[in-house]
Amino acid sequence: MTAAVFFGCAFIAFGPALALYIFTIATEPLRVIFLIIGAFFWLVSLLFSSLFWFMARTITDNKDGPIQKYLLILGVLVSVLIQEMFRFVYYKLLKKASEGLKTINPDETAPSMRLLAYVSGLGFGIMSGVFAFVNTLSDSLGPGTVGIHGDSPQFFLNSAFMTLVIILLHVFWGIIFFDGCEKKKWSSLLVVLLTHLLVSALTFISPHYGINLVSTYLIMVLMGIWAFFVAGGSCRSLKLCLLCQDKDFLLFNQRSR
Amino acid sequence: MEAGIQQRPGLVLSPRCPVAQPRGPLGGVMGRAGLPGKLAGTARSARRCQKLFQALLPPWLPGAAAGRTLRLGQHRGAGGASQGRAMLTFMASDSEEEVCDERTSLMSAESPPPRCCQEARQGLEDRESAAQWFQNTRARHRRAHHGGVPWPSPSGFPQRSQDSEEDLDEDADRYMCSGVPGQPSGLEEELTLKYGAKHVIMLFVPVTLCMVVVVATIKSVRFYTEKNGQLIYTPFTEDTPSVGQRLLNSVLNTLIMISVIVAMTIFLVVLYKYRCYKFIHGWLIMSSLMLLFLFTYIYLGEVLKTYNVAMDYPTLFLTVWNFGAVGMVCIHWKGPLVLQQAYLIMISALMALVFIKYLPEWSAWVILGAISVYDLVAVLCPKGPLRMLVETAQERNEPIFPALIYSSAMVWTVGMAKLDPSSQGALQLPYDPEMEEDSYDSFGEPSYPEVFEPPLPGYPGDELEEEEERGVKLGLGDFIFYSVLVGKAAATGSGDWNTTLACFVAILIGLCLTLLLLAVFKKALPALPISITFGLIFYFSTDNLVRPFMDTLASHQLYI
Repeated sequence: MTAAVFFGCAFIAFGPALALYIFTIATEPLRVIFLIIGAFFWLVSLLFSSLFWFMARTITDNKDGPIQKYLLILGVLVSVLIQEMFRFVYYKLLKKASEGLKTINPDETAPSMRLLAYVSGLGFGIMSGVFAFVNTLSDSLGPGTVGIHGDSPQFFLNSAFMTLVIILLHVFWGIIFFDGCEKKKWSSLLVVLLTHLLVSALTFISPHYGINLVSTYLIMVLMGIWAFFVAGGSCRSLKLCLLCQDKDFLLFNQRSR
Repeated sequence: MEAGIQQRPGLVLSPRCPVAQPRGPLGGVMGRAGLPGKLAGTARSARRCQKLFQALLPPWLPGAAAGRTLRLGQHRGAGGASQGRAMLTFMASDSEEEVCDERTSLMSAESPPPRCCQEARQGLEDRESAAQWFQNTRARHRRAHHGGVPWPSPSGFPQRSQDSEEDLDEDADRYMCSGVPGQPSGLEEELTLKYGAKHVIMLFVPVTLCMVVVVATIKSVRFYTEKNGQLIYTPFTEDTPSVGQRLLNSVLNTLIMISVIVAMTIFLVVLYKYRCYKFIHGWLIMSSLMLLFLFTYIYLGEVLKTYNVAMDYPTLFLTVWNFGAVGMVCIHWKGPLVLQQAYLIMISALMALVFIKYLPEWSAWVILGAISVYDLVAVLCPKGPLRMLVETAQERNEPIFPALIYSSAMVWTVGMAKLDPSSQGALQLPYDPEMEEDSYDSFGEPSYPEVFEPPLPGYPGDELEEEEERGVKLGLGDFIFYSVLVGKAAATGSGDWNTTLACFVAILIGLCLTLLLLAVFKKALPALPISITFGLIFYFSTDNLVRPFMDTLASHQLYI
């Protein structure tokens, strides 16, 4: 495949995440650290999920057949559960760290929980996307023909778009999840978990990319709207922002310059 | 007022003229360590750091150990023991706290600073700062830098000398007991945290860059993954029929390598003790010459071969000559900070590539593990040669040879001596080239920057505040070993990028944790153990557990 495919898919999958990183996170060292810790937590959750799947496979003696497929599905669902669990663990850690930071440094404002929710979601998302897609990307640089055995020739594009939506979903889930934890609204947590399970389950019907992708994007848009309102946005503030009339934002930008 | 003058950038010695330096750095640092008012602030900040740490401690850690660390700020002696204990507990080291209470041993070994006698005792606490472990890492780097290179040098440089030279530096670094000058109460805590995150990032960036260079080279230039013999320090081959034999050979290789390193270190300490400065200095120069010219030439040759680019010898000679000459000047004398940092990163990457090429697989992993254990032991136990080196350097009030330390920030100071109001504007020196050299002092610098030393009582009319921002320093050996780990993961991970990325994240997290521990314990901590442990755990688990899982998911196009 060509360099065009490589760069195109790379930027489709990671472009928005890179932009989010450059514009919101790269300037503040503390946010970068929290991002990397979030990525680490996702990595640890993946480790535990792989361990579970590996053990399940060893118990069933690696027999081929439908049992492997069921094990894989089970592995995916358990992995989703473990990821959300680690998101909760990360929330607890951040809560403790915030309190610690406040006692040490009462003058300087520690990052707010909402910001940390966003940063942690982005960390989870980036790590998840990278792990899912980077091997495929590196293969796309090498020689080969896509879909020669009857698979879809749009494999790379689909994977890229799927990766993108997963990254954005993680960001939104992070925001909603942390907000649910803060306000003790356990229903939010449940909804996050269920939508994550739904998105993963949708990928089980993977040869039918159309349905898979479109429904996942729909879910992403819904989550995005919910996260926007949870994070304190409103229709009015959106209008002000789009019309460049948001005085607070403009003043803030001026000040930071 | 004496103190005020001391406060001046005693920052210290220019690494470029390590031999002929006045008492500067050490004396300066200690001097700085001293206003009584600032010490209280230190204690308070230490307490608050303890609280933060406790907030993050999992409940199952010995509560006693955690609780005892609170005493750090109040009573140094007990705090030292508790610190040692807490550190030992945390580090899961099994040395006896009494034996390895470096705090007490450091305290007894330290000579009080010449000028601030009354603060000496309290100042000691300040002195053991985060910088120390940076020192350690430096020490380690030096050691690693030289210890493992049995490169058959055509010019016949004594390899040993390089090793000892580096070991000397490393050792010195490791036990550096740099004093953190006291800050006004409350200010230091803020500054610690305010600058803590920034300095973590200032370390993340060069470590990431070095790793990126190494991984990019490994993935593209096949020369560095081909097996072409082994170092003389790892004589046992791994081409054995049985697994047990291979394991035994790798352990033997590791033993030889580590003992070479230890021997070099001891040799260096001996040299330093007997004041053979010229010898050491010469070694440093020889080793950087070799790196900058020979290794660069080989690297350039391989890269050109890989991309099939033709280059004639005159051009090659000109390129390598310019690169090497500018590198020597930047590293050993004066040069722009960014250029120096770039050169240090490049030579670390080159060194790491040599290790990756010439260390057989299993030996490399065992050596990585062994060197982190050695680092841990050498830093925490009071009988190590490194500690002796540092103490000797402290007694003599000299900087240790700073050749191989990465420094990340510029240092500037505002002069305090002049009270002339008309010159006050001029005194706001934006950048003093002289000062920049100070940032390379490998000895006696607190790792976190000191900012804000308020005017001393002796200068009531002085509006200028002496402001210094120190950079974070990390030894090149840490760079090298981190890059070796990630490079090996890239080279042997069967073309898998996930393993490389997992190791990369693990190392960064280890570095972060080490810095946090450093801020909490204010004690010399080695930079290698936590990162390398995480890196090794993640390498093996990702390669064996995560990779099959992710591959299966990818082949079925499932997303988790």
